[in-house]
Amino acid sequence: MSPENYLHLAALLFTIGACGVLVRRNAIVVFMCVELMLNAGNLALVAFSRMHGNLDGQIMAFFVMVVAAAEVVVGLAIIVMLYRSRHSASVDDASLMKL
Amino acid sequence: MSFPLLTATVVLPAIGAVATAAVPAARREAAKWLALLFSLGTLALATAVLLNFQPGGDRYQLTESHAWIPAFGVRYELGVDGIGVAMIALTAVIVPFLIGAGWNDADPREGETPADRRWRPTQGFFALILMVQAMVIMSFAATDIFLFYIFFEAMLIPMYFLIGGFGDRAGEHGEERQSKQRTYAAVKFLLYNLAGGLVMLAAVVGLYAVTAGQLEGGGTFSLQAITEARATGELTFAQNTERLLFLGFFLAFAIKAPLWPLHTWLPNAMGESTAPVAVLITAVVDKVGTFAMLRFCLGLFPEASVWATPVVLALALVSIIYGALLALGQRDMKRLIAYASISHFGFIVLGIFAMTGQGQSGATLYMVNHGIATAALMLVAGFLISRRGSRLIADYGGVQKTAPVLAGTFLVGGLATLSLPGTGPFVSEFLVLVGTYSRYPVAGIIACAGIVLAALYVLILYQRTMTGPTRPDLERMPDLRPRELAVVGPLIALVLFLGVFPKPLTDIVDPAVEHTLSDVGVEDPAPEVEARP
Amino acid sequence: MESLIGLLLAPPLLGAAVLLLGGRRLDRVGHWIGTALAATSFAVAVVLFADLLGRDAGDRTLTQHLYSWIPVGGFQADIAFRLDQLSMTFVLLITSVGTLIHLYSVGYMEHDERRRRFFGYLNLFLAAMLLLVLADNYLLLYVGWEGVGLASFLLIGFWQHKPSAATAAKKAFVVNRVGDIGLAIAILVMFTTFGTFAFGEVLPAAAEGGATETTMTLIGLMLLLAACGKSAQVPLQSWLGDAMEGPTPVSALIHAATMVTAGVYLIVRSGAIFEAAPDAQTAVIVVGAVTLIFGAIVGCAKDDIKKALAGSTMSQIGYMMLAAGLGPIGFVFAIMHLVTHGFFKAGLFLGAGSVMHGMNDEVDMRRYGGLRRYMPVTFVTFGLGYLAIIGFPYLSGFFSKDEIIYAAFGRGGAQGWILGGVTLLGAGLTAYYMTRIMILTFFGEKRWQPDAAGNEPHPHESPRTMTIPMIVLAVGSVFAGFLFNLNHAFVDWLSPVTGIAEGDSPVSHLTVSIAATTVMLIGVAIAWLQYGRRPVPDHAPTGRWVTRAARRDLLQDDFNHAAFVLPGNYLTRGLVYVDHKLVDGVVNGTAAAFGGLSGRLRRVQNGYARSYAVSMFGGAALLIAVTLLMRAV
Repeated sequence: MSPENYLHLAALLFTIGACGVLVRRNAIVVFMCVELMLNAGNLALVAFSRMHGNLDGQIMAFFVMVVAAAEVVVGLAIIVMLYRSRHSASVDDASLMKL
Repeated sequence: MSFPLLTATVVLPAIGAVATAAVPAARREAAKWLALLFSLGTLALATAVLLNFQPGGDRYQLTESHAWIPAFGVRYELGVDGIGVAMIALTAVIVPFLIGAGWNDADPREGETPADRRWRPTQGFFALILMVQAMVIMSFAATDIFLFYIFFEAMLIPMYFLIGGFGDRAGEHGEERQSKQRTYAAVKFLLYNLAGGLVMLAAVVGLYAVTAGQLEGGGTFSLQAITEARATGELTFAQNTERLLFLGFFLAFAIKAPLWPLHTWLPNAMGESTAPVAVLITAVVDKVGTFAMLRFCLGLFPEASVWATPVVLALALVSIIYGALLALGQRDMKRLIAYASISHFGFIVLGIFAMTGQGQSGATLYMVNHGIATAALMLVAGFLISRRGSRLIADYGGVQKTAPVLAGTFLVGGLATLSLPGTGPFVSEFLVLVGTYSRYPVAGIIACAGIVLAALYVLILYQRTMTGPTRPDLERMPDLRPRELAVVGPLIALVLFLGVFPKPLTDIVDPAVEHTLSDVGVEDPAPEVEARP
Repeated sequence: MESLIGLLLAPPLLGAAVLLLGGRRLDRVGHWIGTALAATSFAVAVVLFADLLGRDAGDRTLTQHLYSWIPVGGFQADIAFRLDQLSMTFVLLITSVGTLIHLYSVGYMEHDERRRRFFGYLNLFLAAMLLLVLADNYLLLYVGWEGVGLASFLLIGFWQHKPSAATAAKKAFVVNRVGDIGLAIAILVMFTTFGTFAFGEVLPAAAEGGATETTMTLIGLMLLLAACGKSAQVPLQSWLGDAMEGPTPVSALIHAATMVTAGVYLIVRSGAIFEAAPDAQTAVIVVGAVTLIFGAIVGCAKDDIKKALAGSTMSQIGYMMLAAGLGPIGFVFAIMHLVTHGFFKAGLFLGAGSVMHGMNDEVDMRRYGGLRRYMPVTFVTFGLGYLAIIGFPYLSGFFSKDEIIYAAFGRGGAQGWILGGVTLLGAGLTAYYMTRIMILTFFGEKRWQPDAAGNEPHPHESPRTMTIPMIVLAVGSVFAGFLFNLNHAFVDWLSPVTGIAEGDSPVSHLTVSIAATTVMLIGVAIAWLQYGRRPVPDHAPTGRWVTRAARRDLLQDDFNHAAFVLPGNYLTRGLVYVDHKLVDGVVNGTAAAFGGLSGRLRRVQNGYARSYAVSMFGGAALLIAVTLLMRAV
């Protein structure tokens, strides 16, 4: 099996994630979709690592995982706080991110 | 290595600013005294600078030079010529009086107790004034263009807060409207000066690029190094490059100075801020603009300066007449003084670009004298405004009956503003006229019209506010208090002294002007007929 | 002796400083301090005069260099004094009349609570005026020139609570400033031409003729402009009438005897310049001749005693200007008339002040009448001044005015006849308006009425501090001309400085004297026919258009208003509008444009996370598309 298929899969996963982010309202789902996109990126990186025969891609993938983990912590905390204050986890209920 | 006197003169008010800002909220009075103490200390240091300066000696004296950012050839270079000394002295003299005049200007308003608020307006007011002073002195002392630029721009920050944060208690339009006007003025001030500053930044970078391309030791921002390299022919500018760079610098200075048609920020800023801040703007901060024209525009780009002279002279003449006419049309006495200042800045620029010894000496003297005279007039106007709570000329009348000392000092300040002989401004104005006329007769004669207009706007202001029957609401107006008299008295004495005996000042300024003129490479026109005594 | 020159100036300067800064502590003695210091100055002047008299005629110039004032490169201005016969004459006039008027003011201002300040201003005036005549160079002269302008401003507006006084003061200063521009420009031209503006260097150089005539004419005309402003000559004459708002001693000292004659001093002093510029000289003559008639006409029409005298002052200074314009033929006589005029006009003003003092400050002559019975001393002194000014034979005006008329004829040719005619006509007009004043004030029936508050004036003679100066001045008016003409004393004294020349007059001295006396008698007779023979109405009849115009100062204010004030107002208002709407408008417009743009852009920023996500994806897609496209191309 050629590594290119992994790339196709990564693209597919990324698209699914992106659509999810755009379409879904529930913050948790949106969040999961973001994770999906990150992992699609990771998959692509690992695939590239294999294709080019060096470890750079895998190292990058580890970085992404660490960042993603940190992001999960912060992001979930924000969602929980938002839910507590507004009793809703819908991203369309809050429009606080503006001047 | 000798004692770094210039650095000390800059650092002392800066320390003063920090110390004043740190005074606890309840100790407002202590903050005032602390600020006054530091400003007097700065005055002492400036006096030391004056005494250590040898008028006949090197061009730049008391120099300090240290590497700062070696990668870009930026150095911490200080040094003063006679013009710089005069300007530093002016700054150091004016600020203590401003602190004295603004003693109660930043006290919490009625209904506000200091405990209510976390931030401390009084402390902040005096700290900001000292901060401005430190930065202005640095601009006068810096001989490294990058260093100068930083402080030229940084000055805007404390000034912004001074204009926007502290206003008169003159609520003729209501508190809210006034606060809006003040914000507008502060933002206008900031944007105008920032715009000029950005253009100048581009020119500073461009200058660096030119020097980096031609000099062996790499690029430099040092004024002395560039002047020397030009003199030896090591550094040459292409004609267009020089002109563009000149324009970049000149624009920034013309906005600061301010020259017509870039002047409209000044009446707003001076009108809306308290009298001491208005004086700080016109007497101290704006002088950096005209000073920098002399030091940087002429020093760095002599050929471009000569090239631009006709246009600059025309703008200066327009400023003189236009400023005076607009002063005539004002109903607000602070705006009137602001427009009068625009007219005076026209004279200063005229003197600088007439490219004669008399003109430039006159312009330098003008900077000093205008600073002191306008301070006297504006501060008395401020005292008047604080009594009645209005800046409108029409709200006054017959003040001399109830407050003769106030009226008297106001008149003397006004007479100095209209350059009456015997006061300092006369000496400088006449020198500017002589310097201009000897090279550009028509310009000299047009500028003379400013003399009459100045008499008109000053005397009309005096007549409408001070003479005539006393208005009933002014009948109990108190005369000048001892503190106010202590502020105005010395300023007036100084104005008169400089009018009668300006020699100490001209002795310092004259050699520096000769250096500047030799940079530009022009000589004074010789008289047509040699008169034999 | 040289060091005494500075000492002339010191007392009044000290007085001004002490009185103005001294505060209310000095209220009780201030006037005496001021008077004593003025007298000190006079004493020093007498000592110096004696010293000068003891020297040879060619060696009577003393100079004192105090210090270097403005040394800038080639521009060297010094504080230096020069005392020669010309300035000595002025110094004596200024200090003597000045001292007398100080004394007079002690009584005149007795009830004014700001009397101390008044004396401070008077002393300031004396100092400035002395500086003006003692200066060794034009720039220092300029300082005195504007200094007297300032003192005049302060004194005209002394009763500041009266809006009319404040306006008059401002007007005087501003009109004078217009003239001052002339002096400023003259100095600028001198400096660029000769590289100096000291009398001792410019005047010889001008006489040598190194500079072109155009330059000299320019300098001359500019000096004339300055003289017009200070001496209230056409076209800058309009301030003098209004200046009568000031207290009467001020009118006597500043606006009759000394300051207004400074223009004549300037022109005589700059004689060498005018000699090198015949066109400028002609201009001086024309200005003098026009003003001579102009002032006389105004003087004929005014009912306000001080304004009538002010018109007379203008007219008399017109005589002096005319004489000064004639060159060395007239210089000496210009100054001689100036001195005699200083005495009799100051005396007349003091008399007028005395009348007003006794009449509750009434100035309308139609409310006087028959005052000779109530104020005998005033009547006699005023009468002697009157006889002197109309040129009654062997009184001082007779000598000085006849000499000017004679010199005018001496101009020669048609010009000589015209000038002689004008000066003779002026003599007639002088006799007319002065007789009118005399009759309206002191003769006829009493015409005063209770004022609005119901206070009827009780005319009474003034206190002795006021009458003594009047008597002294009257004595001076009677004898000064005679003394000056004794052995040509005045001519011999002054001519080493000013030069002297004989004109080619087609008429003899005697003819001139007879003609002048005849004209004078005619003028007196007409006035007597109009005012002496029949009762004078309380209110002025409407009169013909000439009279009406003359009452309005021959429409000078209307002209200035229409030509300068109104357009100036419109210009100013227009510029305020332009500044606000156009200059500021451009800036505010730019700001508003950015504001509007950002307002639009701001709507994109709606705060919804998903909309941000869309723009992120869109942006990313766009970037990729662009990259691909670039690669494809």
